[in-house]
This record gives sequence, C-alpha cells and structure tokens, in this order.
Amino acid sequence: MSQPAVQVRFADRRSAISLAAFAALLVALAAAPVWAGRDDLRLLGEIYAYVALASLWNLLAGYAGLVSVGQQAYVGLGGYMLFGLTILAGISPLWAIPAAGLIGALAAVPVAALVFRLRGHYFAIGTWVVAEVFRLLASQASALGGGSGTSLPATIVIAIAPTRAMREFVVYWIALALAVAILGLILWLLRSRYGLALTAIRDNELAASSNGVDVGRVKLVVYVFTACGTAMVGALIFLQKLRISPDAAFNVNDWTAFVIFITVIGGIGRLEGPIVGTIVFFALRQTLADRGALYLMMLGAVAIAVMLKAPKGIWGLVAARLDWQIFPLQRRVVRLPGSASIRNKGEAT
Amino acid sequence: MPEAPLLEVRALSAFYGDFQALFGVSLAVERGEVVAVIGANGAGKSTLLKSIAGLMPGQRDAVLFDGAPIGDLPAQRVVARGIALVPEGRRLFPSLSVEENLLIGGQLRRPGPWTLERIFALFPALAERRHLPSTALSGGQQQMAALGRALMSNPRLLLCDEISLGLAPIVIRDIYARLPAITAEGTSLVIVEQDIAQALAAASQVYCLQEGRVAFAGPARAATRETIAAAYFGV
Amino acid sequence: MEWANTIVQGVLTGGLYAMFAAGLSLIFGVMRLVNIAHGDFIVLAAYLALVVIETLGVDPLVSLLVVVPLMGGIGYALQRGLLNRTLGDDLLPPLLVTFGLSVIIQNGLLELFTADSRRLQAGAIEVASWQLASNLSIGVLPLLQFAIAVAVIGGLQALFYRTALGRAFRATSDDPAIARLMGLDNAHVFALAMALSLGVVAIAGVLLAVRANFDPAIGPARLIFGFEAVIIGGLGNLWGTLAGGIVLGVAQAIGAKLDPGWQLLAGHLAFLGVLAVRPEGLFPRIRG
Repeated sequence: MSQPAVQVRFADRRSAISLAAFAALLVALAAAPVWAGRDDLRLLGEIYAYVALASLWNLLAGYAGLVSVGQQAYVGLGGYMLFGLTILAGISPLWAIPAAGLIGALAAVPVAALVFRLRGHYFAIGTWVVAEVFRLLASQASALGGGSGTSLPATIVIAIAPTRAMREFVVYWIALALAVAILGLILWLLRSRYGLALTAIRDNELAASSNGVDVGRVKLVVYVFTACGTAMVGALIFLQKLRISPDAAFNVNDWTAFVIFITVIGGIGRLEGPIVGTIVFFALRQTLADRGALYLMMLGAVAIAVMLKAPKGIWGLVAARLDWQIFPLQRRVVRLPGSASIRNKGEAT
Repeated sequence: MPEAPLLEVRALSAFYGDFQALFGVSLAVERGEVVAVIGANGAGKSTLLKSIAGLMPGQRDAVLFDGAPIGDLPAQRVVARGIALVPEGRRLFPSLSVEENLLIGGQLRRPGPWTLERIFALFPALAERRHLPSTALSGGQQQMAALGRALMSNPRLLLCDEISLGLAPIVIRDIYARLPAITAEGTSLVIVEQDIAQALAAASQVYCLQEGRVAFAGPARAATRETIAAAYFGV
Repeated sequence: MEWANTIVQGVLTGGLYAMFAAGLSLIFGVMRLVNIAHGDFIVLAAYLALVVIETLGVDPLVSLLVVVPLMGGIGYALQRGLLNRTLGDDLLPPLLVTFGLSVIIQNGLLELFTADSRRLQAGAIEVASWQLASNLSIGVLPLLQFAIAVAVIGGLQALFYRTALGRAFRATSDDPAIARLMGLDNAHVFALAMALSLGVVAIAGVLLAVRANFDPAIGPARLIFGFEAVIIGGLGNLWGTLAGGIVLGVAQAIGAKLDPGWQLLAGHLAFLGVLAVRPEGLFPRIRG
C-alpha cells in the first residue's frame, strides 16, 4: 500500500479564481471585432505583440539569465522573412508566419554558438552587434527595397482575406492567438522539469550544473525557442504594418528598450509581469502620445525609478504584498490526507 | 583615576541578515595592551573584528574608541581614527605589486613611525620582492605584507584576524616574533587566533568567545587548560 | 598604392574608436559597469561643445576647456547620485538604468536641437593634408586626432599605474570591502572613475564632432564601435583597446573601399570573427 505522502501542486484556490477571470477576459477580447472600432483593434493587436515580446524576453532574461539586448534581430528577421517568403517565394502570408518562426529558430543556433562565448554585459552587447549585422544585411537586400524598405503588394494583402474588415479581424485574431499560445507555451515550459532547471540556473548556475542540469543545453533551448516566438511576432507586426524597412524592423528602441522597460516595470521573473508592464506602457503612451520626445523621456525616467525603488516591478510589489499569482506556477508541496505522518521540522504549506 | 581603555566594546550585537552572530559581547583593550580573542570556528571572532573595524553595521555606542562612539562609522572613517584591520585570509590586492599594496595602506597619510622603509626593515623578505605582484608571494610573505599594509596607516590599535591561518609553524613563530616591534611603538593589539598557545604567549588579556558570547575573560596567566577548554567548547 | 591610403585612413579612424572605447573600458575595469548611454554621452559632449562655441565664439579645441570639466562633473554626480545604487552582482539594474538614460538623452537632445545634422567647424585644418608619397596623403586632422588618442590612452595608463589615484582605482576594483579598510570611500572612488570616463568621452565627442556630422541618434553606433574595439583588443588593457580600435578602423576602411555599403558590416564581421576565433581578444591582460 504505497501512497505518496506529498504532492507538488501549482494552483491554489485564489489562483484558480484569477485564472478563471483571465479566461473570461480572453473570451471578451476574442469577441472584440464585434464591439471595438478599427483603431482599437489595431491598438489591441499592438498590445498583444508587446505582451508576447515581453513575455519571451522575460523567459530569456528573467528565467534563463540571458540578458539580451539584441532580440530586435529576430523581430526584424521575422518581418523580413514574411515579406521575403510572400513576395519572392509566393507563400501565403498566413503560412509565412510560422515559417518565419522556424527560420528564426534555425538562425538562432549559429548566433548562439557565437554569442554564448560572451558573458554578462558583453553577451548583451554582443547580441546587439548581431542585430546590427542583420540590419545591415537587410539593407543590402535590394530585392526587398534595400535601405529604404518596401511595402506589401496588394495581391498579397488580398490573399489574407477578401475584404478589409475581414483582413483586420483575421490579423487581430492571429495576434491574440499567437500571444495566448506563446504565454501558454511559456507556462507549460515553466511547469515542466525544464522550468525547474531554469529556476535553478537563475538562482545559482554552478550549483545547478553540479546537480546534473545541462546548463548549456537548457540555455540554448530557451534561446532558440525565444527566437522562434520573437520571429513569429515580428512577422505579424509587419504584416499588420504592411510596410518594412531595415531601420523599423531592427529598431533597438522599439523592440528592445521598450520591451525591457515593460518587463522590468511590470515585474521580471514572473509570468504576470510583462502583462502588467504592457498595460502601464500603453496607458502612458495613450495619455502622453502627442508629446513625442517628452513621452519617451518620461518612459525612461519611469523605468529608472522602478528599477531603483521597486526592482521586482509592479507585479512583484503586488504579488509579494498579497501573495497572489494569476498563472498557477508556484510549486507547493502539499501533504496528502491519510498518509503516514512525517516528523519534519519545516513543512512547506 | 585610571585612564579610560583605548577600545571599549559594550554589549555589541551583530547580525548577518536574520542570523545573529554576536550576543551582547563586551571587551576592553588598554593602551599598549595585547588582547587575544580565541574561540572555535563560528564563534564570532571575525565578526567582532569586522564590527569594530566598521565593515559591519553596528550600534553607535556599542564601540568606543578613546572614549568616542564609533559603532556606526563606516570602515573608511574608522581607519582614519586609528584602527587598522589585518583581514582574515590576508586579502592583498591582486592587481597591485607588493610595494603598491603597502603604499595604499598609507593612503590616508596618518602621521606616525611607520613608513615604507621601516616596513621593509621589519620584513626584509618584502623588500626583496617589492615590485612583484602580490600574488607571487608565499603565504607567510603575504601575511607579512598584509600586516605591513595595515601598519602603514599608523594605527593606534591593530586588529589581527587569524594571522596564523594556513601557515607553517616556523613561519607563524617568525611573524609573532615581530609583534613586539609593533607594540614597542605604542600600538595596541587585538589578536584573533585559532593557535591558542601562540595567542596566550603573546597576549596579556584573553577573551574566549563561544557561539557569539564571551565565555571567559581574564588575564592570560590565569587561563589554564581546563578553563580554556571549558570556555572554548562550552562544556 | 591606393590600399596604403585606405589602411592609413583606417588606422587613424581607429584612434577615434579607441577614444570611444577608453572610457568604456575604464569603468568596466573599475566597477564592472557597462554604460549603455556611453555613446549618447559622446553625442551630448558634442552638443555641449556646440553650445559653448556658439555662445563664447571659441574654436573646438578651446571649448574642451569647458566641456571636459563639465562632463566630468556630470559623471561624478551621475555616479554618486544614481549609478552607485545599481552596482552589484545583478546585471539588469545598471543595464536598465543606463538604457533609460540613453532614451532620455537622445530625446532630450532631440527636443532641444531637433534632428538636424550638425558639425563643428575647425577651420582650415579640416582639409589640410600631408603628401607623404605620390599616392599617399594623410589628413592633418585625422593624424592630430590619432595623436590625441594615443596621448589620452598613455595618460590613462600612467594614471592607473603610476599614481595614488590609479592605485585606488585598481584596489577598489579588486576588492571594494578591503579598499575601505585603506580609507577609500567606494562611492567616491567610483564617482571619480565615472568623472574620468566622461572627461575622456568629452574629448572623444569633440573630436567626433569636428570630423563628422552628428545628430541626437548616432550615440548607440558609437557605443558599439567602442565596445567592439574593447573586445577585439582584449579586456583590461588600454593599449590593447587602441589596437582593437585600429583593427576595427582598418576593417571598416577595407570594407568601404570594396563597397561603400559594406563599411559597417565589415567592422562587425571583423568583431564577430575575433569573437569566434579568439574570444579573449588580441592582447588580453592576464589578471593576477
């Protein structure tokens, strides 16, 4: 009669409620084409893109400790693959998105081989240099407009859906689906043994490796996975914009600085953080939008202030204070009823 | 009216985060005296020295130097007052040569008898190696360099944290043989030691710490093997 | 002999890159801080020089007398007031804070000066050149800038290895806690290092502004050049940084000669090549 005495559970009652609320929100958002106008749909699409990018960066930097400031390489790569595959290879735009993701993943392998030789700050700037190389290569691609870029031809735009309204709905739903899928995959990854390995690596790499964690491989997997997701989001972003250029595609401010700000303001190392951060980012943007440079200065100042005063971000503050989690991620050891008693000094609740 | 002690530690408590390492430790060092602090590993000896030296935060009135409260001063202000620490494990600066390590000890240019030349006279082995990187020295030579570096600040009180650690007995004896030259200049000494015999031979007063508390305090003469063993191990 | 000209141009440009890199290398050496806004500070210095020149009517070299101490003061205040609080084992706080500074500086300059390209006028020296051989001529200005770069690096080396301040920098970098036992105030030492770094940045900014057009957005590219020069040359070695800058400059010059659009790419590929083959750099200083 062997029965396990304890079990690892992720959810608790409060997180179950929060998760249900989140699910209800998703349903409402999926129905947005019904209740939201064109501009709002675009805005929501942008929000989903940033939630996805920030969640992926959070996985890379907050969980795997790979602080990259070069993810714009994959955003731009994804965008250019979308344009390249549809314009030059005749692939349908909707299929081009996962294809871009695949190409992003493949490109990430040799890049990792190179940049993983650097550590810490040098790794960070090394990734930036790689992004610059991608940008320069894109400027050389005359088939896609070279330095000034190109627009998506009307024939391809129509291939998405026959009417403009349908097109906007389709792109919107893909954006929502992609963001949810990425969040879901990250959640699944973190709940798996990989997630445990990641947390161990984040806390103490040496200890993790001496406990049998293949640190190099875990980092590579996370890097490739992140590149794949980032490339898909990039493809979608530029599908929505209908126009691409090297400076826009590989812009370090748009795709890295803001993503980092979002993640840090929201709360790094926790899944809910990027969502909170994105909301704050867009709230700031909507209120200060016409101030241009001043808005950006304000953003930089807020990021600095949050980093100094609340390094765990807004969600970090809230969650610590109230012991909340929306996504069932925290591992709790639960004693099962009816098992033999264990005399144990420190039992986790 | 007897003169106030040079150093007075009054009911000092010290914490590493939530962990309490010292529980109300009291100690006094008279001018020109050599005091030994002994105890098992983890008893709190290094913590005591670090608290006095200002490397660890402390309560203002828990440490009095020459009558003035210094318990909350940061390390760079404590050394300016005249207390120097020879840290556990020597901790010379690897990027600096032997001579540069000594020179940086004299950064504050406090007046006093110790100069670069006098340190080299006290430790000729260092003079021979003055331009070598500090990492090229043997353990004993590194200890001498660490001592010399602390002396360069012309302290009135020198705190020595386990200077015998990891050294061969003959080297330990060699180093301890130079201590009288230091005290002859009027410098008071606090020696933290695992080598009890050496500590008792060098000191006039001995304190034994056990799990963060003073278990024995008295003249070195009065410290018999039995009293020490009882205080050391808490049996 | 056209290639000789190209190589020489590259070498001289390398001096400028080494200037970009010197300040970066310095603060990383002393306090393990990478300042993402480093390039933006170079541009800030250029604009400060512009303001000084336009208000006081002096020439760029004289403006250094104002800009260098001013930037040094900014560096001291910045480190003491803000950046000291980000130091520690975690990479993210200084990265994020300096990213924030980068955004603030770029947009602040944009608001004040617009995105228009500017240039500092240095007079006749800008076009003067020496004819060394029938096909080989060296611009006087680039040569002067190279000489200044060498002098600055030599000065920094002398500072680090022959002065008490340099000892203080090295000791604090080795072991900040024990450095305090020597009477050194870590906050003050780090702030002095940043002041020195921004002082060097000021010189680099003015040199850049005389040589090429500048606008608020060119900062990040200068950061990358500086960074590449440091990595190619090897960490912990300022002369190595000069060598790294030269390698970068020459690679870019060769690339530009083959095709103008390849200039930057050639430099980046040279960097990635060094990274692939010899990640510790060409002349790493072995840390004791």
